[in-house]
Amino acid sequence: MNGSPPIAGGSFRTAWRRLRRNPAAIGSAIVLFLILFACFPGAPLWVSHACHHGPDDQNIQGTVTENGHKVPVVANDGTPIGPGLRACYLLGADANGRDLFVRLLYGGRVSLEVGITSAVLCVLVALLLGILSAYAGGMTDSVISRFLDLIWSFPVYLLAVALATAFAVNGISIGPLHVASTSLAIPIVVISIVYIPYVARPIRGQVLTLRRMEFIEAAIASGYRPTRIMAVELLPNVASMALVFLTLIVATNILTEAALSFLGVGVPLLTPSWGNIIEQGYQTIVTAPWLTVAPGLAIMLTVVSLNVLGDALRDAFDPHARIRIRG
Amino acid sequence: MVRAVVGRILGLIAVLVAISVAVFVIFNVIPGGDPALRLAGRHPTQENIRQIRHDWGFDQPLYVQYADTMERLFIKHDLISYQDQTPVLPAIERGIPRTLSLAIGAAVIWLFFGILIGVLSGVYQGRWLDRVLTVLALAGVSIPIFWLGAVSLYLFTFKYHGSPLFAWIPAGGYVPLTQDPVGWATHLILPWLTLAIVSIGFYARVVRNSMLETKHQDYIRTARAKGLSPARVLTRHTLRTCLIPVITLFGLDFGAAVGGTVILIEPIFGLEGVGQYAQESVAHLDLPPLMALTLYGAFFVVIFNTLADLAYLWLDPRSRTA
Repeated sequence: MNGSPPIAGGSFRTAWRRLRRNPAAIGSAIVLFLILFACFPGAPLWVSHACHHGPDDQNIQGTVTENGHKVPVVANDGTPIGPGLRACYLLGADANGRDLFVRLLYGGRVSLEVGITSAVLCVLVALLLGILSAYAGGMTDSVISRFLDLIWSFPVYLLAVALATAFAVNGISIGPLHVASTSLAIPIVVISIVYIPYVARPIRGQVLTLRRMEFIEAAIASGYRPTRIMAVELLPNVASMALVFLTLIVATNILTEAALSFLGVGVPLLTPSWGNIIEQGYQTIVTAPWLTVAPGLAIMLTVVSLNVLGDALRDAFDPHARIRIRG
Repeated sequence: MVRAVVGRILGLIAVLVAISVAVFVIFNVIPGGDPALRLAGRHPTQENIRQIRHDWGFDQPLYVQYADTMERLFIKHDLISYQDQTPVLPAIERGIPRTLSLAIGAAVIWLFFGILIGVLSGVYQGRWLDRVLTVLALAGVSIPIFWLGAVSLYLFTFKYHGSPLFAWIPAGGYVPLTQDPVGWATHLILPWLTLAIVSIGFYARVVRNSMLETKHQDYIRTARAKGLSPARVLTRHTLRTCLIPVITLFGLDFGAAVGGTVILIEPIFGLEGVGQYAQESVAHLDLPPLMALTLYGAFFVVIFNTLADLAYLWLDPRSRTA
């Protein structure tokens, strides 16, 4: 056994101290804050103050004034205007005359919503399954572990594609609950399912170690109910691990959303998300490469920041932890 | 060891059976995708649809359909696509050499550079190379892989194609190795790099971290105390131990690449391998190929996981008793 259990409050305080001294952590947190700010309060502010086009507003006949000249948003040959320093069409337009920058801000909302919600869902289910299976042991453990093995055995993208295709036709119906096939809930559920084992397995391992420690035996001997032991004694001790995973899973999920949307089974086509914008932009990459390049860079910046932050969090909590998610 | 091998193989078969059932269940919860309607073409009569349902066995109970599909897939080899009614297995067989060419080439690149960079930065820990590597590793895992493929294809085969530096790179497609080895390699160079770049940085970091852990072990000190040269200690003692985690990871990643990630790369480069077949089947909601391909992908993941497990047992004798 490796000594006394980590005390939750203490370890969080130590971690915070280490984190504050890590320039990479501070830097990535600032970048993430700026991205979140730009997408959520920033997007409507930009539309109402700088440029008055919404994300879906077309403007094929329109013009912008540049150096005193009137330049069409979409040229006669169908080539849209490229990036340039102006309030409207900062990053250029697409073939329908829609403002790419505005679409990126609104698309970021969707991508971040899908990424964050599915990560929270995934980590919550993984915590539940991991703690329950390690604490209960026996039959419960076998069933849960085999279920996790099964998901684990699928290639991530194929399982996601299979589930998304199955749900995309008529939506999901569970009893009275019905989710329409155009709902964002479908990519969110699909993406959260495929990564559950990557989080639940390490949590189960951690709880198996904790279980044999004296404070848990003491709690059992004191006659506490299992639910109380799991929620009050075990949960705080895997919370730091869950937090690290949450950060890294948000990053992975943003990439998965983009991949699924690129394959046409992610976010519904008419909703702009970073993945959908790439998918549509790629069709004209030769004449308007910015439509593919810019959303990809937005994804990279966000995902790199999340990975750096997740790495820093892991180092702050436990430098020896081996935490990894396979894409 | 023999008992461990037999145990893993039995486990492998059980997992594959479970996967086939799971895949079948996933694809049969599709309520609106009645394949009979699709097969009947335009303006079908009720009689037509009933006939098709009967001919294809859609009126049978699910477990009969499952058994029938498995029989067609593994024994009779005559599973047929709903979309254009072409046989599924020959299409997969045609795709496999293409997909393996892509995955094996990429794996060679990512292992070679990953281990090389990892060892270098382990040796020069804390210096600039080590820092640069950490940044590159994180950037690598943060790139949307299909986007990297699309942008590199655009840059090297269109934008800068006039430059003699890149003029030899063809714009997608595939040439068999047996026909033209040079053409094979030039057609695959961009897909290889795209698939490899995502993993190089990660492998480098794994090797680096495990080198740092091994450096201070007692047996390394003993080897040094015996008067072995630093190079010999590195190759004979440190590396041997450091590469064990790489083997386990490689099993997972190679399986995942062949079984899944190729779906994002092949369509971009027009390689027409298994991944592109999967992507086209998704686009048409064509269930039989998707079902066969998901099984095929899971098969690779499970096989390579098992191989990695066994390699680990063989390389690290301590794990056999655990």
